[in-house]
Amino acid sequence: MIDFARNVRLWFAPQEISEEGATPDYRFSLANERTFLAWLRTALALIGGGFAVDQFLPDLRWAWRVGLALALLAAGVLCSLRAVNHWVRCERAMRRGEDLPVSRFPALLSIAVAIVAVAMVVVVLAGWAG
Amino acid sequence: MTRPPAPDRDPGLQPERTRLAWRRTTLSSTVAAVLAAKAALHGGIRAEGIVICALCCTLWLAFLTVAHHRISTLTAGGTPPPLTPRHATTAVLCTVAMAVCAAVLVY
Repeated sequence: MIDFARNVRLWFAPQEISEEGATPDYRFSLANERTFLAWLRTALALIGGGFAVDQFLPDLRWAWRVGLALALLAAGVLCSLRAVNHWVRCERAMRRGEDLPVSRFPALLSIAVAIVAVAMVVVVLAGWAG
Repeated sequence: MTRPPAPDRDPGLQPERTRLAWRRTTLSSTVAAVLAAKAALHGGIRAEGIVICALCCTLWLAFLTVAHHRISTLTAGGTPPPLTPRHATTAVLCTVAMAVCAAVLVY
């Protein structure tokens, strides 16, 4: 948690990153930037999914609809915050010449997406049966 | 018969790929903003709907400004400087704010 707070400070203080270590090959920085953008697109897709659930499933019961939409939106927020945090950590690790940080976030996100997908299948099948 | 590559071009086209990644992300942001506008103005024009729609358009414009700034830096040629944390944070905060608008609309 203290690490996280220090990283948040780094989001807003570019000069503190560039004071540390040596500037890495610009191609590594650009690759890190593309990874960040890919995570940001994932976050935007989750947010778009939240809007879509709210808009295009009007027959769903209110609690289910709002719950599903809010879950997708929360996942999108988490994903985007994690994107910038991971980007800062990778950038700093490259400057210091350390190993890149490992993360269990991709595994957690894929499990969450799998659970949502299974829930969707169940809802659709239950709609057919009922 | 191998031609030497142009001296100031990266053979892996890294700046170009990064520029296109920004384009794709801007496109995703546009899709989210359009869905937000549709949700905000759905079911009649109300004051709060218009306010949220305007807010989402402003957020989209802010994202577009960041992306445009970065794209013009990447196309300027030479060795591109790394992305600054301020730009990254601005892009992320626009995304988060759009999610907050969505949560208000859904609720």
